[in-house]
Formats: sequence, structure tokens, C-alpha cells
Amino acid sequence: MKTQLSIKSIVAIGIGSALFFVLGRFVAIPSPIPNTTINIQYAVLGVLGVLFGPIVGFLTGLIGHVLIDLSWGSPWWSWIVGSGVFGFIVGIVSKKIDMEAGVFGSKEIALFNGFQIAAHIGAWGMIAPGLDILIYSEPVVKAFTQGIAAAIMNGVSTAVIGTVLLIGYAKTKVGTGSLKKEN
Amino acid sequence: MAETLAYIQRKSLIHDLTGATKFLFFIMWSIAAMITYDTRILLALFVIGIFLFYISKLKWKEVRFALIFMFVLMGFNMIGVYIFGPEQGVEIYGTRHELFVIAGPYAVTLEQLFYMFNFLMKYLSVIPIALLFIMATNPSEFASSLNKIGVSYRIGYAVALALRYIPDIQRDYHNISKAQQARGIDLSRKDKFFDRLKNSAAILFPLVLSSLQGIEVISNAMELRGFGKNKKRTWIVERKFKKEDYRALAFGAILLVISIIVTFSDGNRFYNPFL
Repeated sequence: MKTQLSIKSIVAIGIGSALFFVLGRFVAIPSPIPNTTINIQYAVLGVLGVLFGPIVGFLTGLIGHVLIDLSWGSPWWSWIVGSGVFGFIVGIVSKKIDMEAGVFGSKEIALFNGFQIAAHIGAWGMIAPGLDILIYSEPVVKAFTQGIAAAIMNGVSTAVIGTVLLIGYAKTKVGTGSLKKEN
Repeated sequence: MAETLAYIQRKSLIHDLTGATKFLFFIMWSIAAMITYDTRILLALFVIGIFLFYISKLKWKEVRFALIFMFVLMGFNMIGVYIFGPEQGVEIYGTRHELFVIAGPYAVTLEQLFYMFNFLMKYLSVIPIALLFIMATNPSEFASSLNKIGVSYRIGYAVALALRYIPDIQRDYHNISKAQQARGIDLSRKDKFFDRLKNSAAILFPLVLSSLQGIEVISNAMELRGFGKNKKRTWIVERKFKKEDYRALAFGAILLVISIIVTFSDGNRFYNPFL
């Protein structure tokens, strides 16, 4: 049987990409390094990955990043693929965390952050620089330095913002066993 | 707020092509430019690209800010390439013609200059066609175009939804951020870095929640209307291929094939004038 994307996944990809685009294109939070800004869109992509899974994460990152690049003028494909890979890896954790249960404690925080850090390292520390070297014959040191710097910056912003968002989201859910019998 | 590139309606040969044609052409063009490092091919692509841009009747001043931005970005990129790999060109082309030494390991060689020129051309050769694709394709046509070239209509629809909801989310973000700023939440340099991050979560949280709610509402509406029941769907904005579309696609395919043949005719992807 060929698995089809559910309607909810399709809409999540659509709205998620729009969200990713708006945050990545128009929202600039200055970072400690001059003239660089923090990419907060990856925190939101992480949240969407946890909620909707790897396929939605992958396509949201891919489409959102293509839209961002096209609005500037020209796509840089290797980093676009990186965004997709990040969404995919962070989405795998959705199988281990059940957000509908309304619990996001220290175990879930550790799981989420473990996966998001692995995803950032995979995307910016390996895939994106690897493709840069393959496609553009960039100097190896340059590609990896750039990639690791991006992984650290995005990792920090995802750790802070993503975790806060997920804790807040869990609180909006009514967990099982939240009602107690009164004596 | 910064300017954004967007569709500009005009009457031209390029505008008359269907969205699917322009998308495929753009993809083939990108693949050609990604594969090759051959100076002759890159220059040819660049010149043809400029010519096509000229036919499209788009104006220089409509893309000026985007070009300036891209040049700045590319400038930083080139500086990075030189700082981390001053001998990259020598490594690739296998010879060394030193012009002068700046300091320490930083010498200027003909090979490095030629490599960086090619690096730049690889980027520049895609820009005219990318701009054409962005500015001469009606976004409403884009979803049907994706579907037409074989992408599942579900994904096409997701892209259409994204384009449809960008303005809404932008407006929501603006409203929420103004409301939170009124409560004293600051995102600028005046606050400490980690406070800034936490503050941005205070803005993102309502935005994410309202977006998730939007996902719920929209997917329910689509479910009620039986979205995804059939294997195919029709689109409001969809055009049939005309003679010009086939010609344009054939042209793109021929360019791609030629560029691959010429690039690899001498065994590797670089054109080496130093041998």
C-alpha cells in the first residue's frame, strides 16, 4: 500500500512553510556576532517536526527555504537540502514524544534537544557543506567552518526557543488522568 | 520592511509560457550550472540568461535591490573562500603561477583568481533565469505547474497553501509583535542575548498556536469538501502547453545535454587553460 500524506499533513506543510518563510525572511534578531542574525525559523520547524513527523518536517524545511531563497533572488540548493534534512531528523523524535498527552518534562526535553542537535549537526555539519564541496568545489575547511558555525547558532536558538514553545504547547493540552475523583 | 521579489504581470514571450515550462526550464538550468565548472559553458549560460531576461521585458530597476543583496552575499562568500582556501585554485588546476604575496600563506595566484571567477560565474549564471522564474510566473499557476510535471497534487496544494498564507502569517506576526512590545518585550540589541531569545519565544508562542489552530480549521474544511478523494484534480489556473512551451523545453534540454558533453569531454568538470 502506498502511504498518502494525510490532509492534515498537507496543510501542516503549507502553513508550516509559510511560517518558516515569514520568520526566516522578515524577522531578524541580532546575534552577538556583528551583522549576523539568529535563524529562529528552525526552532519553529523543530516544533512542527515533533508535532507532525519527519515527512512534514522535511517538506516544510525544503519548501520554506526555497521560498526564502527565491524571494532574495537565487536559490542555494545545498543549504536548502540542509533545511529539509534538519526537518526530517528532528521529525523522527515525534514517534517518541506524544505531545497530545500534555507531558513535556525533563525526559522529553532531553529527547527533543538530543534530536535537534543531531539534526543540526547532520544538516549543517555534514550535508550542506558536503554538497557545497561537491557542487561548488569550495575549500573543505571553509565549507565545514561555515557549517559548524551555523549548526551551533541554530542549535542554541532551537534549544532555547523550541523548548520553551514545546513546554508551553504541552500546557495547553489536557493530559490523561488530569481529573481527580473528589471525596 | 525589506522589499521582496514578486510576480510582475507583463506581456512578453516569457510570460506567455506556462508555469510548468518555466519551472522545468529553471530546474534544468540549475542542474546544468551545478554540474559544470567549465568556464565556457558558464559564460554561455550567463549570456543566454541575460538575453532571455532582456526578452522578458523585466526592468533592471525592478531587480536592482535583489542584485545588490546577492552581490554582497557573494562577496562575503568569496572572501570566505579565499581566507580558508588561498591555494584551492592551485589544487584544482594543478599548476602555480604566483603573481604576488599578500602575507604569510596568502599569495595571489592566477589559478586562484581563475577558480574564484568560475565560482562567481556559477552563481551568476543562474540568477537571470531564477529572476525570470520568480517574476514572470503567476504564483496561482505554480501549484498546477508542479502537478503537471509529475509532483503529487497534494504537495502542489501544500505549496499553494504556503503562498496563500504568507501574507496572513506576516500580518499575525506583526500584530503579535507590536502587542508584546507594548508589554515591554524587546528583541533589539538593547536586551541581553539570551533574554532576546526568550523574548522571541513570547512572540512566537501565540503565532505558533494560532497557526496550529489554522491547520486544524483548514484541514477540517478540506476534509469536508472531500479533498484527496480522487487521483487527479483540476486547477483554476491551468494552461495547456503550446508550441512555444515545447520549443522552450527542447531548448533547455539541449542546453543541458551540450553543457554536460562539453564539460566532461576532457575528463573532468573544470576547464583548464593552464595546461
